[in-house]
Amino acid sequence: MALLEVKDLKVRVEEREILHGLTLTVNEGEVHAIMGPNGSGKSTLSHVIAGKPGYEVTDGQILFKGEDLLEMDPEERAAKGVFLAFQYPVEIPGVATMNFLRTALNAQRKARGESEYSTPDFLKKVREVSKSLNIPQDMLKRGVNVGFSGGEKKRNEVLQMALFEPSLCILDEMDSGLDIDALRIAADGVNALRSPKRAMVVITHYQRLLNYIVPDFVHVMSKGRVVKSGDKQLALELEESGYTQFEDAA
Amino acid sequence: MPAVQETVERVKRIDVDQYRYGFETLIDSEKAPKGLSEDIVKFISGKKNEPAWMLQWRLEAYRRWLTMTEPTWARVEYPKIDFQDIYYYAAPKPKKTVSSLDEIDPEILKTYEKLGIPLREVAMLEGVEPKPGEEDPARRKIAVDAVFDSVSVATTFKAELKKAGVIFMPISEAIREHPELVQKYLGSVVPTSDNFYATLNSAVFSDGSFVYVPPGVRCPMELSTYFRINERNTGQFERTLIIADKGSYVSYLEGCTAPQRDENQLHAAVVELVALDDAEIKYSTVQNWYPGNSEGKGGIYNFVTKRGDCRGNHSKISWTQVETGSAITWKYPSCILRGDNSSGEFYSIAISNGFQQVDSGTKMIHLGKNTSSRIISKGIAAGKSQNTYRGLVTAHRKATGARNFTACDSLLIGDKCGAHTVPYIEAKNSSATFEHEATTSKISEDVLFYCVQRGLSQEEAVGLVVNGFVKDVLQQLPMEFAVEAQKLISISLEGSVG
Ligand SMILES: Nc1ncnc2c1ncn2[C@@H]1O[C@H](COP(=O)(O)OP(=O)(O)O)[C@@H](O)[C@H]1O
Ligand SMILES: [Mg+2]
Repeated sequence: MALLEVKDLKVRVEEREILHGLTLTVNEGEVHAIMGPNGSGKSTLSHVIAGKPGYEVTDGQILFKGEDLLEMDPEERAAKGVFLAFQYPVEIPGVATMNFLRTALNAQRKARGESEYSTPDFLKKVREVSKSLNIPQDMLKRGVNVGFSGGEKKRNEVLQMALFEPSLCILDEMDSGLDIDALRIAADGVNALRSPKRAMVVITHYQRLLNYIVPDFVHVMSKGRVVKSGDKQLALELEESGYTQFEDAA
Repeated sequence: MPAVQETVERVKRIDVDQYRYGFETLIDSEKAPKGLSEDIVKFISGKKNEPAWMLQWRLEAYRRWLTMTEPTWARVEYPKIDFQDIYYYAAPKPKKTVSSLDEIDPEILKTYEKLGIPLREVAMLEGVEPKPGEEDPARRKIAVDAVFDSVSVATTFKAELKKAGVIFMPISEAIREHPELVQKYLGSVVPTSDNFYATLNSAVFSDGSFVYVPPGVRCPMELSTYFRINERNTGQFERTLIIADKGSYVSYLEGCTAPQRDENQLHAAVVELVALDDAEIKYSTVQNWYPGNSEGKGGIYNFVTKRGDCRGNHSKISWTQVETGSAITWKYPSCILRGDNSSGEFYSIAISNGFQQVDSGTKMIHLGKNTSSRIISKGIAAGKSQNTYRGLVTAHRKATGARNFTACDSLLIGDKCGAHTVPYIEAKNSSATFEHEATTSKISEDVLFYCVQRGLSQEEAVGLVVNGFVKDVLQQLPMEFAVEAQKLISISLEGSVG
């Protein structure tokens, strides 16, 4: 059984159809890249998978581990292993990052019927992961993403990914706004999480990111559809020839 | 459905029946007949065995009150109150005098247990000497005065406080036992003629707490009063008077709850604080009176006058309040900065949901030289509620070097509620520096989605965001209260997201 099956998905936002029948299959252990020009619907796809309100699915299906994802609340999806690393992670003033991480992790564990982490176990885990991501402890005391640099925000997303151990990670434009060094740290963090049990969907506008996170499959999106799929070679071809060739195909 | 839309939908179904303190205690009680007259004032005074001067004081207030009209400037709406349709005195009717907790009606003790106020445990600690140099933080002592309807039913730790020279007792007792102190200070901060509700209170107040901390004494424990309205159609008019003599310090906590009732109940309290030279008073309130049901029926009208007088040089008064209950709140804990170099603080969290109306804020009146004040107000409006911050900062002609900083932040949940900020600033002295910041924001869908994507429910997400929003103020509360307040905030917002 595929981990994620998106079948002929049609999605509207405010009466306008954005996704016009999108199909995508992701198996455990695979890394898929979704590339496409701005406005092609990449973020829309990630939001619909994660359950963001405001999108109307008019046709098609999303199955996750064989279950109908569209029937679930977003927090239920999270507990089942869907993780979305946001392009623009939000700031939550007054809520210490550490407190947020713990509240979220325990909420997920509770939803799965698992016991909550004890404080020492939790702290140990956070310390391990944040060390490998080069996240200083005092950053964890600050409000969630408050005053974080672009790179710190993205690393905080990867930190959460590592803590929550999701089976599907969707990374939306992880490279946006990052310089090469920041990108490398974040990408190393992501690569460390690659495993045969976990799949990743890496959304990006640029090929650059894929030098660091090397995908097994590449899909080109244009105007709300997947117009071409291939292996990592496809990304390199796109870098040469650009997206315009697909505009007509869509 | 967009998250905010969803929130609004859920708010429509809000059921304030989730109010946790809505039980009623079935005890025998003794009431004065309904309505207000000189006879009732005399009845109350007589019940309390008051000296003649006290009765005189009350009667003057009563006569004054007859000439006054209710204030209408606050942004609150309610049907006219029939002041003759209220009981002004109700007392639980067990024994005549209560010398130990064992003599208190077990039903009342149970009530306090339900409220999470362990009168009995606290009492058991009474008289137990702490081992020298040993302080177990888990058993940190809080002296409690419990006021049930109009009467103080228990005050704990009296003996230990007495050793430190601190007087903490029901004000009715203080009037008899320390008349010189009461006569000197009662009405010296909030005069009997101050305002309609304060004047009413002066005529009919039945009990409340009295605190006196002698010079140089740091009160050895937190002092706390829990107020509970139980009887039907009964007004509660408590009076609190706290005096911190030169160089002393006291931290005082106040908690309030009431049963669920269809009719509105009036609560018109007066609190007076006096801080002499170098003294400091920290006054914290967690107000959780019944807010009314989902249709806006019932709930407490909370019309309260709280004022602190920084009478001495270098004195300090700090108000911290967490307001989650009441159908209507009309309340402006204020500081008169009379002494030179005195300072006043006001930290407030006011949460309104359902049909609640809050008009609250503070007054900082700078009279002395180099006085400073700080106002941090966090208003959160959900449901169909209206939440107004009203604040006055003034500097007198002679108040050179007066400084104020004000930050008012409002957070809206849904689009049927309103938040308003009404600042009044008057500087009659050119050396005054007054800063005012105000923000109003909506709880954003993106923030909520971020949280639910990480596994929190909508409700948990709102609770988390709101607790972050109010953090600066929560930090001002004594630890025991901060935990309670945090829970209360989540509970009072429960209806707002389902
Ligand atoms: N909330 C929204 N309201 C209206 N239009 C939207 C909304 N979100 C996305 N769109 C539109 O949907 C299309 C796809 O957007 P998006 O999924 O963000 O693309 P991408 O992530 O590939 O750049 C764009 O035309 C965008 O304007
Ligand atoms: Mg996008």
